[in-house]
Amino acid sequence: MSQDVNSRLTGDFYTAPFGPRLEPDGDTLVLNMGPQHPATHGVLRVVVELDGEYIRRAEPVLGYIHRMHEKMGEVKTWVQYLPNMGRVDYLHALAWNWAYVGAVEKLMGIEVPPRAEYIRVITCELNRINSHLLWWGAYLLDLGAFTPILYAFADREHIMDILQMVTGSRLTYCYYRFGGVSGDVNDEFIRRTREFVADFKKRLPMYRALVTDNIILRGRCEDIGVLTPEMARRYGATGPVLRGSGVAYDVRRAEPYSIYDRLDFDIPTGRKGDVMDRYEVRMAELDQCLRIVEQALDALPTGAHIHPDLPERFIPPKGEVYYAVEGARGKIGVYLLSDGGPKPYRVKLRSPGFSNLSLFAELAQGTLLADAVSILGSLDLVIPEIDR
Amino acid sequence: MTAQLLELLSHPLGQMITALAAIMVFMAVNGMALQYAERKVAGFIQRRPGPYEVGPHGLLQPFADAGKLISKQLVAPLGADRLLFWIAPLVSVAPVVVCFLPIPFSPLLTGMNINLGLLLILAFSGLNTLALCLAGWGSNNKYSLLGAARAVAQSVAYEIPLLLSVLAVAFQVGSLDLAAIAASQTQGLLSWNVLVQPLAFIIFFISGIAETNRAPFDLPEAESELTAGFHTEYSGMCFGIFFLAEYSYMVVVCAVATALFLGGWDGPVFPGPWWFLAKTFALIFAMMWFRWTFPRVRFDQLLNICWKWLIPLGLANLVATAAIVKWVQ
Amino acid sequence: MSMKRLFQNIKGLWSLLVGLKVTGGELIKPWLTVHYPRQEVENLSSYRGHIELVPATDDPLTPRCIMCWKCVEICPSRCISLRMHATGEAGVAAADDPGLLLAPEVKSPYSAHLAPPPDKIERILDSYRLNYSLCSLCGLCVQICPVDAIRFSRNAYLVGTTRQSFELDLLARLKSQAASARGAAPTQPQGA
Ligand code: SF4
Ligand code: SF4
Repeated sequence: MSQDVNSRLTGDFYTAPFGPRLEPDGDTLVLNMGPQHPATHGVLRVVVELDGEYIRRAEPVLGYIHRMHEKMGEVKTWVQYLPNMGRVDYLHALAWNWAYVGAVEKLMGIEVPPRAEYIRVITCELNRINSHLLWWGAYLLDLGAFTPILYAFADREHIMDILQMVTGSRLTYCYYRFGGVSGDVNDEFIRRTREFVADFKKRLPMYRALVTDNIILRGRCEDIGVLTPEMARRYGATGPVLRGSGVAYDVRRAEPYSIYDRLDFDIPTGRKGDVMDRYEVRMAELDQCLRIVEQALDALPTGAHIHPDLPERFIPPKGEVYYAVEGARGKIGVYLLSDGGPKPYRVKLRSPGFSNLSLFAELAQGTLLADAVSILGSLDLVIPEIDR
Repeated sequence: MTAQLLELLSHPLGQMITALAAIMVFMAVNGMALQYAERKVAGFIQRRPGPYEVGPHGLLQPFADAGKLISKQLVAPLGADRLLFWIAPLVSVAPVVVCFLPIPFSPLLTGMNINLGLLLILAFSGLNTLALCLAGWGSNNKYSLLGAARAVAQSVAYEIPLLLSVLAVAFQVGSLDLAAIAASQTQGLLSWNVLVQPLAFIIFFISGIAETNRAPFDLPEAESELTAGFHTEYSGMCFGIFFLAEYSYMVVVCAVATALFLGGWDGPVFPGPWWFLAKTFALIFAMMWFRWTFPRVRFDQLLNICWKWLIPLGLANLVATAAIVKWVQ
Repeated sequence: MSMKRLFQNIKGLWSLLVGLKVTGGELIKPWLTVHYPRQEVENLSSYRGHIELVPATDDPLTPRCIMCWKCVEICPSRCISLRMHATGEAGVAAADDPGLLLAPEVKSPYSAHLAPPPDKIERILDSYRLNYSLCSLCGLCVQICPVDAIRFSRNAYLVGTTRQSFELDLLARLKSQAASARGAAPTQPQGA
C-alpha cells in the first residue's frame, strides 16, 4: 500500500490521480483542467485524459478550498458556529443556516414561532432564486454566452437588496437563529418582495427567448450527459440533478420540515435526464419559488420573529440529531452529536455538491471536451461547499 | 521637388508602399477603435457603461491598453519552440496588411488595382491558419495545441463555403476585381448583390465569422474549455498582435462583404469612402452583436453546419448562378 | 421526417433572431449599474458595516456599554477586545490580543456567569477595539448586548492598505463622531 502511494508520488504528477489500472497509453493526452480554470468555477481540478477531443477519463480532484468547517464546529460553541454556515455554500447560505439551526432546535426542542417559520420560507426561497440565477448565468458563461449572466445579476441585485433589508448582508447571510430569525421583516420588505415577484415573472419570458429557446443552447444541452435515475441513486445525487432524471425527490416534500407541508407547489422533473432536463428543472423551480414566496407572503402571521424566552447559553442535552433541508443544489444535511457540553462534540455536514460532483467522472466518459464542460456546469457545483 | 515626389508616388511600387504604410496606420487605429467599440457594445448590451474612466467616456482606454500591452514583458514558456513561438504573431498579422491592398474604398481610393484582388485576399487570409497552427504548436501547451487543431479544422472547412459564395458573385459579375464587382452594383439599392444573391451573402457572412474565429464560432479560443486556446501562452504585445490581427481580419471580411454584396461605395449625398466604411462597420457591429448574444457552438456542430448546410447550399447557389448567367447570355 | 427536421431548423434560426432582438432591446435601454465614485447606492440604511458603539442617551461622548463582556465572549472570531477600569483601580486588560486564538478561554474580570459585583464603584471603559479583518458580521454581539450598546455602522466604503487599518478603536470613533457632530451642529440649518 505505502509502496503504491510512493510510486504514485514519484510518477507523473498529472497522471497520479488515475488508478494504477488506468495508466494512460501513449496515444492520449492528459490535460489538467484547474484548479485555476475558467470552467471550474472556483478551485476544482479535473484531470482528463483526452483521445482527440473525446474524454477517455475524467477525474475531479478536490481539496483546494478545504476550510475545516466540520472541525471548526467542534472548537466553537453552538451559537458561534452560526456564521460558518453562510460560508459553506455562499450561494444558498440560508439553506445551510436553516439546516444547522433546525438541527439544534430539534436537539434542544426549541419551538419556532410561526412568523419566523414563514420568514424563513420567504427568505430561503428568495435565496434559492438567487442561487439558481447565478447558476444560470455561470452555466451560460461556460457555454460561451457572456451576456446572460449580467441579466441574471440585474435580477439578483433586487433579491440581494431585499435580503439585505432583513439580514444586513448581501452574500454570506447569518440570519437564522436558534428559535427564529435575527430580525423581523417590515412592510417595506413585504412590499418590495411582492414587487420583485411581479417583476421577475415578467422577466422570465425574456430568459426563455434569449437562452432557453436558443437553438445553439439546445444543441449544446440536449441528449448530453444523460443521467439515468438508477445512476443518480447510485451516487446519491439530489436536488435538480436527481429531479432532472425524473425522480421527484425533494426534501421539502419527502420529509417536510417547517411549514412546507402547508404550501402548495409542484416538484418539476425532467424526462430524459440530460443536461437540458436539469436546466429546465431549475428554470421551472424559479416559478415554483415565486409561488411559494407569494403564498408565504399572503399567509404571513403576526407575532414574534424569535422565540421570546431563549436561554442565554445554548447547551443542548446529550444526543445526536440529523436534520435535512432542500438547498438549491440538493439535500443539505447536518448531523450533530452533543455530549452535553458548550460545544458540539462532532459536526458532519452533508453537502449535495459532493455527491453530484462524484457523478461527473462516469458521466463525462466518452464525451467531447466541450460537452464535459457543459455537464460540469449542469451539475451546479459550488466548490467551497464540496470541500467544506 | 513636389512633382518628383508625386511621380515617385504614382509609380506602382511607390503607390504600393504608400498604401501599405497607410494600411498599417489604418490597422492600428482600427484595432484600437474596434476594441473600444467592442467593449462599449458589450457594455451597452449588458446595461453597463463599458470603459468609462480613462478620458471622457473612456475614449483614452485603448491607448492605456496599448501602453499596457507594449510595456509588458514577453515570456516564452519553458520548452517552447522559440522560433515558431515568436514568429507566429508576425505570420498572423503580416498577410492581413496585404489583404487590405485590393479593397476598393472608392473607385479612386484603392491600395492597388489588381484584377485578381479577390483571389489575393482569399489566398493571404488563408495564411492566418498557419499562424494559429504555429502558435499552438510552438507554445508547448496542451490547451494551445487543442486550440490550434481546432483552428485548422475550422478554417479549412469554412474556406470552402466562403469560396463558393464568392465564386457565385464572381460568376455573376464576371470579374475577380473587387472594384469592378462593387462598380457593378452602383445602380441603386436593387442592384446590390445582397438582394440579388441573398443566400450567398448569408453563407459568406457566416463563413466569415467562422474564419475570423469570432463568437459563436470562437472555438480556437473557447475560454471555458481551453482557457485561451492558441494564445494562452502569449503575453504583452504578442497577444496584442494576435488581437490586432483578429480585428483586422474582421475588417477585411466585412469590407469584402461590403464590396461584394452591399454595393461598395454606393450611396447618396456623402462621398463613397464614407459609405464604404459605414457599411463595413455596420457589419462589424452585427458581428459584435452576435458575439454578445449567442452561446458558443460545439466543435462537431460547427463542422456539421459547414459540411451539411453551407457547402451544399453554396454549391446549389453556385450552380444556379452559373445556369442563370449562361441562360441570360 | 426530413420535413420536420427542416422545419425545426428554420425554427432554430428564428430563435437566433429572437435572441438578437432581446439583446438589441437591452442595448438601447439605460445603464443599470451604479457608477461608484460619482453615484452611490441608496440602500445603506440596512447595511451591516462594522459594529460601532452607541452613545448614552444623555451624553454623546460616553458609550452606553456596561462592560458586561458578553459580546467579547460570544464573538465567534474573537475580534472584540475591551479594556476597563473601576474608579480607584488600575486598568484591567482582558483579551488584549485576541484574534488568532481559536478557542481562547478568555474570562472577563467579572465572569459572565456571575453577576457583576453589586457595588457603587463606577466602571470606566478605557478602550473598545474591534479587529474588523476577523469579523464575520454575524450580528451575534449586537444581538446579545443587554443594553443595546453596539450596532452596525453604515460604513460601507471602508478601505485600507494595511491590516492595521482594520483594527478599529471604536471608543475613539464614538468620541470623534460626537465631537464632529457637535462641531457641525451650529452650521446645520435649524429645524431641518
Ligand atoms: S459581528 Fe460577529 S464576528 Fe463581528 S464582532 Fe460581532 S460577534 Fe464578532
Ligand atoms: S455586550 Fe454590550 S454592554 Fe456588554 S460589553 Fe459588549 S457592548 Fe458592552
